[in-house]
Amino acid sequence: MSETDSTELAAFRAEAQGWIAANFPASLKGRAGIMLNLNVETDEPDFHAWKKAMGAKGWGVPTWPKQYGGGGLSKEEAKVLSQEMMKAGAFSPIGGMGVMMFGPTLLEYGTEAQKQRFMPGIVNGTTRWCQGFSEPGAGSDLASLSTKCEDKGDHWLVNGQKIWTSGAQHADWIFCLVRTDPTRKHEGISFLLFDMKSPGVEVRPIQLISGNSPFCETFFTDVEVPKDQLMGPLNGGWTIAKRLLQFERNALSNAGGGTGGGTARMVPEVVKLAEKYVGRDAEGRIADPDLRQRLIAHHLKARAFGLTLARVATETKSGQGPSAATSIMKNAGSKIAQERAEFAIEMMGNLGLGWEGDDFNAYELGAVRGWLGSKVVTIYGGSTEIQNNITAKRMLGLLDHQ
Amino acid sequence: MAVLNEEQTMLRDAAAEWAKDKAPVSALRKVRDSNAPLGYDPAVYSDMAAMGWAGIVVPEAYGGSEFGYLSLGVVLEELGRTLAASPLVSSALGFASVLLIGGSAAQKEAWLPMIASGEAVGTLAIDEGPRHDPLQTALAGTAVGNGYTLNGTKGFVIDGMAADAFVVVARTSGKAGEAEGISLFLVPADAAGFTRTKLSLADSRGAAKVVFADVKVGADALIGPAGKGYEILEPALDRTRAGLAAEMLGTALGAFDMTIAYLKVRVQFGQTLGSFQALQHRAAEMFSELEITRSAVEAALQAIDAGSNDIRELASLAKARANETLHLVSNEMIQMHGGIGVTDAHDAGFYIKRARAVEAAYGNAAYHRERFARLNNI
Ligand SMILES: Cc1cc2nc3c(=O)[nH]c(=O)nc-3n(C[C@H](O)[C@H](O)[C@H](O)COP(=O)(O)OP(=O)(O)OC[C@H]3O[C@@H](n4cnc5c(N)ncnc54)[C@H](O)[C@@H]3O)c2cc1C
Repeated sequence: MSETDSTELAAFRAEAQGWIAANFPASLKGRAGIMLNLNVETDEPDFHAWKKAMGAKGWGVPTWPKQYGGGGLSKEEAKVLSQEMMKAGAFSPIGGMGVMMFGPTLLEYGTEAQKQRFMPGIVNGTTRWCQGFSEPGAGSDLASLSTKCEDKGDHWLVNGQKIWTSGAQHADWIFCLVRTDPTRKHEGISFLLFDMKSPGVEVRPIQLISGNSPFCETFFTDVEVPKDQLMGPLNGGWTIAKRLLQFERNALSNAGGGTGGGTARMVPEVVKLAEKYVGRDAEGRIADPDLRQRLIAHHLKARAFGLTLARVATETKSGQGPSAATSIMKNAGSKIAQERAEFAIEMMGNLGLGWEGDDFNAYELGAVRGWLGSKVVTIYGGSTEIQNNITAKRMLGLLDHQ
Repeated sequence: MAVLNEEQTMLRDAAAEWAKDKAPVSALRKVRDSNAPLGYDPAVYSDMAAMGWAGIVVPEAYGGSEFGYLSLGVVLEELGRTLAASPLVSSALGFASVLLIGGSAAQKEAWLPMIASGEAVGTLAIDEGPRHDPLQTALAGTAVGNGYTLNGTKGFVIDGMAADAFVVVARTSGKAGEAEGISLFLVPADAAGFTRTKLSLADSRGAAKVVFADVKVGADALIGPAGKGYEILEPALDRTRAGLAAEMLGTALGAFDMTIAYLKVRVQFGQTLGSFQALQHRAAEMFSELEITRSAVEAALQAIDAGSNDIRELASLAKARANETLHLVSNEMIQMHGGIGVTDAHDAGFYIKRARAVEAAYGNAAYHRERFARLNNI
């Protein structure tokens, strides 16, 4: 019970506590990182039991409407739920692009039949979605995409290629931007949903510089898609895509630039690394004075960014509308995350260059891969440059060159 | 660019052509994918040596050309552009410099001709901990009878898998942190009690962890006087740092050129990326950094050739600047390429991985900024 809880909220807190205690398997306690970072799903029965319970309760998507399987909670209740989950060392096993981006968009733009059909898989975490937006020729300029979609009377026929499709090799379904009118740019795009097992869909994983293969090239050759899987109006896909990108960027911002959260919290860990690999001088200062100065500046920035995250959250919850700071969150957070990753390998010196083998411990090897992995956060979900263009144009009223 | 003499111009042109032909980035990719035991292709190094590059700082009497350090720097810059993998810096520059500065006639006679011809590879075994700090040397050199016994581990030796001989930085007196008491030993790789293991690094090159367990060497293995090794090591390291800075300048230029070329061809929003001022200004900024760094690198190499008394300061200036510039350019290379830049199929990853490895080698930017500050009383 929290002192500020109203009676209703206090009752809800008790309910949440009880439900978590009854359903969250002790074996999963505190293991969110391990359980959710797996590329391939775990087969631990406890994990599946927990997922099933959360799915049935709708608490993986606590604020979504009950009629579609969501939790139907108010924002305050959802906050209480997340506090109680944290206290219990529990985590939501239901996530991914369906929860982060597609679900909220479906709720706004889907037909009743589409919601009935697709929401359960998202809410229960049984359908994995991937995002087929980018193409080799259409990255920052997404609206120049050319994957062709023709009306064949009783079905759509899709031909073309997507790239950087995160998780396509594991995905069940794709939400995809296709060109239905080649004569118009933004007004010739439609939003199509289809099964990744459809004949003519081929995925080829792409290897990253970090050694991971989290995304794919995705090819469509004469893929037939049922007519009722168009979402929103024909040629009206761009508006939906923009809305979805908003959901994506909000999710990334809340996670501190798409870095798994806790950008601010991570700084003390960097200081510990400095202590371990660089040491302290007689007065207790980090021994490398040049590194120390830069580390201090980084620490200050990360603390202030953490405060900004908190301020944005409070302002948004208080109903003042979106905070002005929202627009800078992704860039600021991702820059801090990249800086931190560079610090880690700099401090480790030669141990921060290890690729594999017993001469490096798991933490050191992780730091190297993590450093390379961090390079993506200023590119995906709207690159730093594109975000800055948007901020300059929308927030500052400066001229749009495009 | 420094005004080059005729030899230097020929060296540069030959190296540029050779690197494009014989050691493009795809060659390093092959070294990585085949998990080459030495971290380079020995046939490629033989080819480099046949071009005379392994003997550029070695006197003619020992089979070299003695063209000097700027000349070697000119070659290293061209090789750095394509990330050509070889032990040229550790062997023909670092190891050779120690012998040139402090080696006895017999030591020079024994090793320099083979170093210059590329038949043998030498390297410096300095760092014990993860960060470059030669004064922290703790590897014990104990006087026994007429010779010494070496005991200890060098945690990170560049080209340590390939080396036939090592300049081993040991401590014969004093304690970690002191220059006094550091002694240098010339130890062949077939010495009893010597073992090495390959380190698998992000840049796919051939560093090793080497262990000395009761390795017995004669008094003739000592390079220079006992306890005074730092007086040889430091100037030899500065030569190595300046030469490596030249290679790093080349690596930064290679990354920069690829990036500029991409900005000219990649079209988004109906125009090339290069037409966006947000990117233009950053490209111009990098160009400026590269030009300024080039001056520092060339000044250090020229000072070495001239025997000036400010080599230490200029070597730290060159290495610090090369670090900062390569760091910047390798990051921008990835960012400006967008998604394609973070894929393994693209070469940008090879540049950034190599960049961080050479940034750490022989002192990172912080080390050299600090050293520069001390030398200048800042
Ligand atoms: C890890 C990762 C996961 C991804 N996941 C997905 C996914 O699941 N689904 C999907 O559809 N896409 C995904 N993407 C693709 C991502 O959205 C694109 O990479 C991104 O939009 C940039 O496009 P691009 O790679 O083609 O780069 P380009 O658009 O070619 O950009 C190259 C560089 O130029 C800059 N630039 C471009 N235009 C301008 C301008 N007007 N002014 C200034 N600078 C400019 C960019 O910022 C960038 O630095 C992912 C990317 C990554 C790295």
